[in-house]
Amino acid sequence: MRVVFDLLRTNIEFAIGMFLLAIVVIVSALSFVSPYEPDLIYVVFPDMPPSAEHIMGTTSRGQDTFWRLTFAMRNTLLFGLSVAILSRILSLLIGLVSGYLGGAVDRVLMSINDTFVVIPLFPILVLFYFVMRDSMSWVGLAIIMACLGWAYDARLIRSVTMSLRTREFTQQSVFSGMTTRQIVSQEHLPYVMPIVFSTTMNNMNWSIGLEVTLSVLGFTNINTPTIGTMIYWANQHTALVAGVWWWILFPVLMVVILFIGLFLLAVSMNEYIDPRSRLSRMKGAA
Amino acid sequence: MTTLTQPGAGAAMATPDASVRPVLSVEDLRAYYVLDLFGVKREVRAVDDISIRIMPNEIYGIAGESSSGKTSLIKTIAGAIQPPLTVVGGKVHFDFRGKSIDLYSGAPADLDAIRWRHLSYIMQGSMNVLNPVRRVRQAFIDFAARHIAAPSRRAFEEVVVAHLDRLHLSPHVLDAYPHELSGGMRQRVTIALATVCKPEFIIADEPTTALDVVVQKRVLAMIREVQREIGSSLLFVTHDMSVHANLCDRLGIMYAGRLVEEGATSDLFASPKHPYTQHLISSLPRIGDRTPREGLKGTPPNLADPPPGCRFHPRCPMAMEVCRTVVPPFVTAGKGRRVACFAAEPETIPDGIANATRSIAA
Amino acid sequence: MHGYGQYILKRLGQFVLVVFVGISITFFVTHLTPIDPVETTISAAAAFGSTSPEAIAMLRETLRELYGTEGNVIQQYVTFWGRILQGDFGPSLSAFPTPVSELIARALPWTIGLLVTATIIAWVLGNILGGLAGYYRSNVLLKMSGVLAMGLHPIPYYIVAFVLLILFAYVWPIFPLSGGYRMNLAPRWDATFILSVLYHSILPALSLILVGLGSWFMGMRALVSNIVTEDYVQYAELGGVNRRRILSRYVMRNALVPQMTGLAMSLGAIFNGAIITEEVFGYPGIGSLLVDAVHAGDYSLVLGITTISIVSVAAAVLIIDLAYPLLDPRVKVA
Ligand SMILES: Nc1ncnc2c1ncn2[C@@H]1O[C@H](COP(=O)(O)OP(=O)(O)OP(=O)(O)O)[C@@H](O)[C@H]1O
Ligand code: SF4
Ligand SMILES: [Mg+2]
Repeated sequence: MRVVFDLLRTNIEFAIGMFLLAIVVIVSALSFVSPYEPDLIYVVFPDMPPSAEHIMGTTSRGQDTFWRLTFAMRNTLLFGLSVAILSRILSLLIGLVSGYLGGAVDRVLMSINDTFVVIPLFPILVLFYFVMRDSMSWVGLAIIMACLGWAYDARLIRSVTMSLRTREFTQQSVFSGMTTRQIVSQEHLPYVMPIVFSTTMNNMNWSIGLEVTLSVLGFTNINTPTIGTMIYWANQHTALVAGVWWWILFPVLMVVILFIGLFLLAVSMNEYIDPRSRLSRMKGAA
Repeated sequence: MTTLTQPGAGAAMATPDASVRPVLSVEDLRAYYVLDLFGVKREVRAVDDISIRIMPNEIYGIAGESSSGKTSLIKTIAGAIQPPLTVVGGKVHFDFRGKSIDLYSGAPADLDAIRWRHLSYIMQGSMNVLNPVRRVRQAFIDFAARHIAAPSRRAFEEVVVAHLDRLHLSPHVLDAYPHELSGGMRQRVTIALATVCKPEFIIADEPTTALDVVVQKRVLAMIREVQREIGSSLLFVTHDMSVHANLCDRLGIMYAGRLVEEGATSDLFASPKHPYTQHLISSLPRIGDRTPREGLKGTPPNLADPPPGCRFHPRCPMAMEVCRTVVPPFVTAGKGRRVACFAAEPETIPDGIANATRSIAA
Repeated sequence: MHGYGQYILKRLGQFVLVVFVGISITFFVTHLTPIDPVETTISAAAAFGSTSPEAIAMLRETLRELYGTEGNVIQQYVTFWGRILQGDFGPSLSAFPTPVSELIARALPWTIGLLVTATIIAWVLGNILGGLAGYYRSNVLLKMSGVLAMGLHPIPYYIVAFVLLILFAYVWPIFPLSGGYRMNLAPRWDATFILSVLYHSILPALSLILVGLGSWFMGMRALVSNIVTEDYVQYAELGGVNRRRILSRYVMRNALVPQMTGLAMSLGAIFNGAIITEEVFGYPGIGSLLVDAVHAGDYSLVLGITTISIVSVAAAVLIIDLAYPLLDPRVKVA
């Protein structure tokens, strides 16, 4: 907690990132007080430009863009978070085990790991949609993406664990008879957690980006409001060409805000973790 | 030109001949690490008010325990500083044959022009100074080809190979990548790289620390040989007093960012004046001597917040009241000797305080 | 070269593993989901085209055979591999009776031509600019391009592509709206056709380069600002080594090693990018083919494309891996 305050005070990137993220969270939270049901269409007069009554205008499907956006943002955020959490669990498990046990276990796990790093996800996700069609919920998609997207960070966690393994306190814990599980959870996790947090941000950017891409193509359940499906529907109604720009602009703006926010958080947290980049930062100032 | 390179023979050097100008003069040099960690500003005073002169053909050693600021001083002298290390005062002046330069007021291009031709530097921990993805040959071409007048690449290579041979390195190292060399070989390659242009001034920061004793001895002998052959000056840093005893004409002792004593090596070893120097010399192992060495109590001071007065006073067995508040000046104390200690030079104690001290002592 | 031989063997093993795991995933995705793929496909296909009962019956039979729904899962898995190893994905359903392999072979050159070229251009430019920006930190122009790259970076590719299309094909129509070449031209190796292909590729390529450039730029700049603090760079500077030579042979050269891996990755990810690029610009490559196949419920085509993309990604990574020791002499030993 103190770290957060420290960062807020001294790291402008962190502060901006937090601010942007706060906007996104507030917008998503507003979905709970929405005057409109998320699933209904043609509840307001369609194609109205932004006004006092509809601050972001209305869509060609007769929805209020702003309130629709609150639902979309909430789902997108939840989606990114679920993927991040699930895949963090996998990468932590595999990274720690691989880094700590080393030897043959490590070699096998890392072989699998490297495989997952390079396997092209997009066609597989498309194939998945192809099979599931409309029964594909965002939860299903999140699980699939988590199962495919842990590899990169597992390697990172592994290399940290490897270096921890050789440190003195580990040797001491070994001598004092702690079990592997105890050592890993009590001694190593505190070092690894910051990395888990900072990779969460990158992972969310990745999964949300993919979700938007899939949705824009219509390869997800297009009836669940997400940022991607909003853009999909706007495209279906050729919103830009028809001059209904607000239907595209605001979702895009929101997702860009989210991306920049997460990106800045990841950058500033990395800097906090890695003293080398802290040093180069000072150099930049001098 | 006089060649006084025998260890101990430097006594004559200590009183600089007026007709010979020093190659290097450092005046009141101050260089701090200016840090800004999450809004907290700190200054680490690693080089504080240091003045040194080094003559042509002289080997000058700098000694002091770890973190006393040796590397910082040497980097500042070599013009190799990078933020956060910043020069906050003083000057560094080189007077080469036919070329003189003020390090921190001249143009960067002038500095580039003297590098390797006149001035070369062997970094501390020189294990990583060679680009890991280029062959050693490339390093020699990059660093030295500009300075060695050779009609062809082949002729240049012959010069390099001859020089490598001096350091007992086979020509094959030229085809190797750095990671294919052993630590000692790499060390010698760096030394060869720094000396191949026969510069007038060589700066070496612990060039032998990573080596085992046998190799260390050989490398030291080679450095001396090369130095003598090309007649250059050498500024040599190590915390190993026995190396200094064998190599250097003159010695400067650093403590906590300051020079505390300076003199011809033999004089210094024979009659150290500063209590810290006395400690360093008395802790040298002697054959047959089995009396346990008395360690220095306490730890070296934190240079971000050094003690007032004499920086050595918290650990000094001879500390007086005055040492806590007044900085002892670095003054001449005998022929070619300088020292910063009130106990060694009581006449430097400021009057009012001297009386006070005396009355306390009485 | 004993070390290098072993290295090659290891890399080949990794290649086989990638292909194996990737294709197994496609199998399990298609066979272990609770949905009956045959019925789903049929309903999609029926919605798309003919609905006569005979046609559907025929479709169902073909699909059953294709999915290998006979026997238990293990047997199905073996048949599946048998087909894939022969490169036989059967006829396409949407373009019956053209074989899937032929459709893919027709589309592949477009995708590779456009995306590989654009990726490489972006990589080269991004690395040069990023390297300069990391080395000459005080240069205002480079600093500004850094800010630009930072700002451009988080904008989804899709948006960039779309905005470019609107600007340069609608608002100021200097480039064609869609297609890979002029409609009335027949694909031939002559100047008119090639020029037309190039002209049509400018806008999609620009969008790819613009986006790719930014991330390479930032990656390279970060790498370079780390590398300049390395001893060997500082030492070369102290040695008065020519600055341009330091930049090229010490800084960029060494940053290239990790960037090369990045290139392999993004060449691998080309099929992700292809879909959006080709959708937005109506480009006749693998991506468009895949989207059409999904919408038409063409299972064999989707499977074929997925397989091809897995194999080519693995191959791209393998090639880069094999070239790696030439870049970094330390690899051989490791
Ligand atoms: N980059 C840095 N930032 C902050 N302080 C530093 C930095 N480098 C060195 N220092 C501090 O400067 C002081 C002097 O360090 P220096 O490296 O000059 O010592 P040294 O005498 O060469 O030690 P050694 O014998 O271990 O090489 C130390 O207190 C050290 O903590
Ligand atoms: S000045 Fe005082 S404290 Fe410092 S060394 Fe001399 S006696 Fe010791
Ligand atoms: Mg040092």
